[in-house]
Amino acid sequence: MSNRSHRGLAAVGVCAVALALAACGSSSSSSVPGVSSTSVTFGTHQPLTGPAAPGYSEIAVASQAFFNYLNAQGGIQGRKITLVSKDDEYNPAKTVNVTHELVLQDNVFGIFEGLGTPTHTKVVGFLNSSKIPDMFVASGCPCWDNGTAQPYTFGWQPNYTIEGKILGQYIKQHFAGKKVGVFYQDDDFGNGGLTGIRDEVPAGQIVSAQPYQPGGTNVAPQISAIKAAGAEVLVDFTVPIYTALGQLTSFTLGYKPQLVVSNVGIDPTTVGGLLKTFSKGKAGTELIEGAITDGYLPSPTDASNPWIALFRKVHSQYDPSVPFDGNVEYGMANAYTLAQALQLAGKSLTRESIVKAVNEKGSQLSGPGLVPFRYSTTDHGGYSGAEMGQIRNGQIVLFGGPLVTEPTAGSAITPYTGTQPTPPTSGVTVP
Amino acid sequence: MNSLAARIPAPRSTLARSLALVGLAGLVLFLASEALSAYRDLQLANGAYYFAVLAGLTVLTGLSGQISLGHGALMAVGAYTVALLIGNEQWALVPALLAATVVTTLVGAILGAGASRLRGPYLAGATLAFAVGLPALADKYTSTLGGENGLVINPPTPPSGLGASFPLERWEAWIACAGALVVLFAMNNLVHSGLGRSFRAVRDDEIAASLCGLRVGRVQTLAFVVSAACAGLGGGLLTVVLQLAAPGAFQLALSLSLLTAIVLGGLGSLVGAVWGAAVLVLLPGWTNELAHSFSFSTRVSANLPLAIYGLVLILAMLAWPSGIQGAVRAIGARLRVRARAGS
Repeated sequence: MSNRSHRGLAAVGVCAVALALAACGSSSSSSVPGVSSTSVTFGTHQPLTGPAAPGYSEIAVASQAFFNYLNAQGGIQGRKITLVSKDDEYNPAKTVNVTHELVLQDNVFGIFEGLGTPTHTKVVGFLNSSKIPDMFVASGCPCWDNGTAQPYTFGWQPNYTIEGKILGQYIKQHFAGKKVGVFYQDDDFGNGGLTGIRDEVPAGQIVSAQPYQPGGTNVAPQISAIKAAGAEVLVDFTVPIYTALGQLTSFTLGYKPQLVVSNVGIDPTTVGGLLKTFSKGKAGTELIEGAITDGYLPSPTDASNPWIALFRKVHSQYDPSVPFDGNVEYGMANAYTLAQALQLAGKSLTRESIVKAVNEKGSQLSGPGLVPFRYSTTDHGGYSGAEMGQIRNGQIVLFGGPLVTEPTAGSAITPYTGTQPTPPTSGVTVP
Repeated sequence: MNSLAARIPAPRSTLARSLALVGLAGLVLFLASEALSAYRDLQLANGAYYFAVLAGLTVLTGLSGQISLGHGALMAVGAYTVALLIGNEQWALVPALLAATVVTTLVGAILGAGASRLRGPYLAGATLAFAVGLPALADKYTSTLGGENGLVINPPTPPSGLGASFPLERWEAWIACAGALVVLFAMNNLVHSGLGRSFRAVRDDEIAASLCGLRVGRVQTLAFVVSAACAGLGGGLLTVVLQLAAPGAFQLALSLSLLTAIVLGGLGSLVGAVWGAAVLVLLPGWTNELAHSFSFSTRVSANLPLAIYGLVLILAMLAWPSGIQGAVRAIGARLRVRARAGS
């Protein structure tokens, strides 16, 4: 082959690729992307595969199931809600790609329930500079709370520092004088929780704090260090897979501390399933039995709660392929909040109107949550507290009544006495 | 097309030819970036930094005959250099990209010196170890390198002269394409230079090459260094486009898919590297769409794209053993024969 025809082919190749890109580049644009009078489309990035997939991969599916339930009743403000879910493998580099794809290519109205702290922190800048509503991030990172710098981003679940404070107060009161070790994810999730714990537990009592990087599978160095420091109480700010790995490692090392786990890492169905898989059926939920945790939604096994009854009904009708657990409940409860926000934003939905609605009325929203939301123009944090809980017979049992607080150091933890409303027979209720 | 190409007088020196090629490619890329939507511009930017890496890798593997499973890690070196220099030291874009290239070249020189002493599976093994081991450094030195969370930089700001509404994605595409054109220029010169011929000589017969006076080890090290420089620049551009350097972007799968891309595109050919870059950018989206067009449960459809990707690779290799560029050449040759028979 001569050099000349080679060069000609090079040009052809470049042209062909450029044309192929141009051909699929066109996209229709309406006044507000992702919205018509009969539909609204949100996008989300989820760990459908990868280290955070066990349990968490059920969340967006459950949200879509709840939207399908609402859609069957005519939707919200006449609009059917669709959720486009893309896999980011809990890998920040993938999150950047899929979020750009959702916003720029799929023209979604907003992002809903984007999951994870290390992942979602990488797209908050892009979403806010592009003025895309970033509703109810599925992470309790304190970094969502900044309504001034990030007007389009809203948290949903309790800020990890609030959660850490509530767990820390319990440790201070009930495990006074006992040595405490903390096993945490090395990012704003683990650090936020650790801040809350340190805020409540006397400094001398915390003998060891060991971080892990999500992705690895060997946590023996961390657990051994905590054991060697003589910790009698082990606090986990971990995603489910690391709760399971930590407990299996403790078991192997013959280490039996009192376990305290953040709400995000303890769903018994998920952790029990992982323990069973990792140990080839030899272990299960007995390794987390007695663990102290907290909850801001009713326990998924609390059959007497009307919200659980509603979610179970929706689950059996629209999403029966996975068992009803804390992840399914999470997805449905968050979907309920988004539907409330859409209801509040009114008939003429814009990207600004939904943000304004949550800023102004978000703190009055009530639903499946046990505590109120903190939303205001400046504060975009979600639930303001949680109730203490414990794993008993493989189920989360909440006790002691809901507690609320602020993430700022030294702010008091106070009981919340408001009551949970009963769910509406159809649609959503807004103030 | 062929008769037209024959009528245009070809520049005589390799340098002039490379300049003409870069000018033409630059014009096409510029027009494409203007016509494309924001998302396609972003894909163009992704394709451009992949091309920078693949061009170097295809020279290494296709021309000098060395296999590397470690180029993802070399990209990481460039990416982290840019992230540290822009994020912590507030360097400007161009010096940071140059520094990324230089730093990766140095790392490549060390790796290449070792690589020139290894053959076949041992070379693959050594570079594989590099690809697996290097990203773990980020988890080891979390205070500097940020662990799995990674390092974040601010997006590059388009010059104010382009207007306030100039899309960021187009600017990113321009930056990445500029880098890709630099690589295209350098590699096209190299391929047609004496050095390029020594690469081929070493690949085809080491003993014959050394009898001709070539120092085989040095030539092989040089090939490795050149391709490392390209990977460093590509990695640096990746950081600029993603505004992120994180271990998750440089997993072993990246190194493997880079190698797959040059083979699928057409080994040893710079046009093949263009095809390879297009495959890396476009194929995941297509397999994803295909996977979701079946109504499987989330668990199946989430894992299906990878299976389809593998299937496409197998089928492509069965159909076009010499890659896409090989197939294009074969079709071109057949058309020419038919045209000649017709006239």
